[in-house]
Amino acid sequence: MAVRTYYTREHEWVRIEDGVAVCGITDYAQTQLGDVVYVELPEVGVQVARDGEAAVVESTKAASDVYAPLTGTIVAVNDRLEESPDLVNESAEDAGWFFRMEVDDEGELDELMDEEGYQAFVEELD
Amino acid sequence: MTELLKTPLHAMHLAAGARMEPFVGYDMPLRYPQGSVAEHNQARNRAALFDVSHMGQLRLMGEDADAALETLVPGDIQGLGDGAMRYTLFTLENGGILDDLIVSRVPGGLGLVVNAARRNQDAEHLRNHLGGRVDVVPEPDRALLALQGPAAAVLPDFADLPFMAWREGEACGVPARVSRSGYTGEDGFELSVAGADAEALAGRLLAHEAVAWAGLDARNSLRLEAGLCLYGRDLDEDTTPLEAGLGWTVPKRRREERGFPGAARILDTPPTRRRVGMRPEGRVIAREGSDLLDGSGEPVGWVASGGFSPVLGGPVAMGYLPLALAAPGTEVAFDIRGKPRPGRVVRLPFVPHNYFRG
Repeated sequence: MAVRTYYTREHEWVRIEDGVAVCGITDYAQTQLGDVVYVELPEVGVQVARDGEAAVVESTKAASDVYAPLTGTIVAVNDRLEESPDLVNESAEDAGWFFRMEVDDEGELDELMDEEGYQAFVEELD
Repeated sequence: MTELLKTPLHAMHLAAGARMEPFVGYDMPLRYPQGSVAEHNQARNRAALFDVSHMGQLRLMGEDADAALETLVPGDIQGLGDGAMRYTLFTLENGGILDDLIVSRVPGGLGLVVNAARRNQDAEHLRNHLGGRVDVVPEPDRALLALQGPAAAVLPDFADLPFMAWREGEACGVPARVSRSGYTGEDGFELSVAGADAEALAGRLLAHEAVAWAGLDARNSLRLEAGLCLYGRDLDEDTTPLEAGLGWTVPKRRREERGFPGAARILDTPPTRRRVGMRPEGRVIAREGSDLLDGSGEPVGWVASGGFSPVLGGPVAMGYLPLALAAPGTEVAFDIRGKPRPGRVVRLPFVPHNYFRG
């Protein structure tokens, strides 16, 4: 079965890979932001609450908060973004991931949008 | 909310796929599909075309327009030769700055280009103070295009125009007032044309292989790298020209004769703070409003303009610091989201100017 990706209304994506949630910002979000020039990532080991501030993404224009899509503990961050924040523009939903987290309750995924739902949500915004 | 104004090039921006943003009452192009960094590099390496029609263009007409304007600005306006232009400031009685502007000598008077956000205050200021002496004639129907970059000299008739000079002529078949000036630190031109001619001119400039659109986001990062002030960020009603590092705009004659608002405050009170350039370490961006901290963590100043420098590949900032901390090399910390981040004072500009020197 293919790994499903879930989406938040704040334009984060999350999918469970090998029991760990991988999170980032959506391709739609990166086109809205423009060129990403800095990403401030959380520290490994910190606990984050669903919808709580977890990272900051800075475009040439402004800084934006990135929220944790689920409640849990940060277990890894994407160090490549330190030197190459433009990975977020090139590959927002793959190589441009932000952090991995151990999730307290995977049931929270049910409250997020699936890909179809997110596409419909984004179309409403434009 | 009142409806946003559109420049004569608005439809062209939409057709080019620009992302538009409200800016001082206008719907302006923030960036195009190529992205702000590519647009920035276009201006540094090739030639970028900016729509700056939101800027206020006006004329001061009258025999002694130059002497009259000198009662409001500290610059040498009477000394402006035919076809010459100059950067100057409207000063206030408290020594602060009402706006910065470009003044050109034109037949029968002066031409002014002022900030969009201040155009109404400026026109009122001019009418209140100079109403009997000169005619204040806004030119709302004119467009203004800026063509900036080392490959900007695509206009054969104006290739020999000296820096900070202007003349009237035909640009790509369109009657234009063309000046060799800009806001990027690069060689380049600003072209004032009738609004009805703006699309034709823009289309013909863009037909040159070296020329591409750039938006307001790139314009801001370019002027920041060049160490140029933005009114409202780096300059305001509580900042004097000397604090802003713009003492060079007050020439000797005006220092001696005075006769501009706030002269005593500006010239007789030594500044206690100074605009400086700074580079934060690493990649974290210090944005406007961030506190600057001294070695003991005390707030001692603020970031006025901050952002990412595509040429340096990292963050740069301009801000205000006490004179004792303003020397290049001085360590300073930036308070960014509650964390102190180290950096140091550096000389401006961040990227050397590349103006046309004949």
